[in-house]
Amino acid sequence: MNDNAILTTHNLAVGYRNGKQQVTLLSGLNLHLNKGKLVALLGQNGAGKSTLLRAITCDERPIGGTIEVDGKNLLEMPQKERSRLLGLVSTERIQAGALTVEELVGLGRQPHTGFLGRLDDEDHRIVRQAMADAGIAAKAGDYIASLSDGERQKAMIARALAQETPLIVLDEPTAFLDVASRIETMRLLQTLAHDRGKAVLLSSHDISQSLMLADELWLITTDRQVLTGTTTDLVAAGAMDHLFTNRSIHFNPQILDYSF
Amino acid sequence: MTYRRYTVTLVVLTLLLVLLALACLVFGSVDIPVDRIIDILSGKGSGNKAWDIIILQSRLPMIATAALAGAALSISGLLLQTTFNNPLAGPSILGVSSGAGLGVAIVILALGGSLGGLFGESVGSYMAILLGALMGAGAVLLVLIAFSTIVRSNTMLLIIGILVSYLTSSVVQLLNSVATEEGVHNYVSWGFGNFSGVSVAQMPVYAGIIILALIGSALMVKPLNALLLGARYARNLGVNVSMTRNILLIITGVLTAVVTAFCGPIGFIGLVVPHIARMSLGTSNHSRLVPATILAGADIALLCAVASVSSPHGIIPINAITPIIGVPIILYIILNRRRIQYFN
Repeated sequence: MNDNAILTTHNLAVGYRNGKQQVTLLSGLNLHLNKGKLVALLGQNGAGKSTLLRAITCDERPIGGTIEVDGKNLLEMPQKERSRLLGLVSTERIQAGALTVEELVGLGRQPHTGFLGRLDDEDHRIVRQAMADAGIAAKAGDYIASLSDGERQKAMIARALAQETPLIVLDEPTAFLDVASRIETMRLLQTLAHDRGKAVLLSSHDISQSLMLADELWLITTDRQVLTGTTTDLVAAGAMDHLFTNRSIHFNPQILDYSF
Repeated sequence: MTYRRYTVTLVVLTLLLVLLALACLVFGSVDIPVDRIIDILSGKGSGNKAWDIIILQSRLPMIATAALAGAALSISGLLLQTTFNNPLAGPSILGVSSGAGLGVAIVILALGGSLGGLFGESVGSYMAILLGALMGAGAVLLVLIAFSTIVRSNTMLLIIGILVSYLTSSVVQLLNSVATEEGVHNYVSWGFGNFSGVSVAQMPVYAGIIILALIGSALMVKPLNALLLGARYARNLGVNVSMTRNILLIITGVLTAVVTAFCGPIGFIGLVVPHIARMSLGTSNHSRLVPATILAGADIALLCAVASVSSPHGIIPINAITPIIGVPIILYIILNRRRIQYFN
């Protein structure tokens, strides 16, 4: 145990229901995510990245074990309290095209506002700060519909920042972005972790960028283990060779990516 | 800037409301001079008993009925569009109105001629119709909820709504074949849609339920805005999504059922007005959308009411007017969906 742990799982088991059958994808997970760290969750399709994230964000009940954020059991607390501990960014389509960036980011204040969701001066200040931190302040008055994919993702990240949670979870945050926006988004997340002290957990398909920019990796191997550690340690230990079942590709430590 | 647009829109919609209400007072099958109408409204009386009755017991209740019906159907449409994340949802297209209609049909046809007119003044008869409408609308909403968890596609849900409408109308036809002639006549004339069906005595129930449900919808703006981001984000913002959906659908069901019971199954208003509100405000933010939708809905319904009494040859059914207003707007939205922000 350490004092800096924001997210801790104990003996966590996740999977899905297939009719009456319960399929366990990953089990016995004891994971830690510390304050100020950016962690990338990597694994091939179907390995259970999304399932694990959906369990952590409480969108799907885990098969077993516990999840703690800030030392509090996430599964047992009211939804309202959870919404102040964990902010989410996902790739789901939203119907918020006719909201301005500022209004969208303002929705992040919902866990802190009253019954009608009115924002006071302090809320407005936090929203402006969140937009500035995410680098989207210049577009505050623009409609979400008018933004590029990269800008949209920044607005969603600003929204999660305005939620003022110690932990931010991002499900494939760079999936639909071009290469420049991907790097920019990853840089932004790195800054938020290092300078703002957020614990950031993201899942990604983008191996080389995750390896370059994440502080730690959670690797879901082909034999359903989750290997954790710093990039350097895991690469040195040859862990990257257990990520894909396809034998015709192998990990090249020089370029931090896979080749044929 | 957006706030100013909001204020201007609300002022314009309110002015329209006043103008259309005045038009409803002045126009009708009987010509009553404007100065006499003022006399009647100020309590002096016009000296013509028939005129007094027309203004106080026919035109005034019709104005209130139409305005409230328009507001109610439009808010139903708005709540359905946000809940099902579907811009083409509405109480009539999703079959909620037909469900309410089936409930009404069962009551009218079962009680047959014994009702004595469409709405007998006996409290029991219109309460029975109201209850029938509530149960019918509720049943359709349950079907829609069940299908929306299985069928993810928006278009499919609309088709299911249309299928439900077909099914209910076929059940109504079957009921008609065994009903009394008077019952059938009552049901058919109810189906045309009209805003003259609420008597002064029934007004407190009609207005009371609608106003309460409208206030209820105004209290839901915070979770409604969260739902714009989809269920997963809404949950992450602390919204109890299934409870919120249930509350929204109950409000929708009550509003649609009350209007349908008293005014008939009125199409298009619920589908079109939320779009008019969004386009005039330029936002999907429900804290501004709900008041504008209520006002715009009342305006459109009053416009239909004025149009329905504009013919010298008698009353035009409301359901003959709403498509003329509604269809061009829907076509405009479909053709321009790439340019309208909230579709992106």
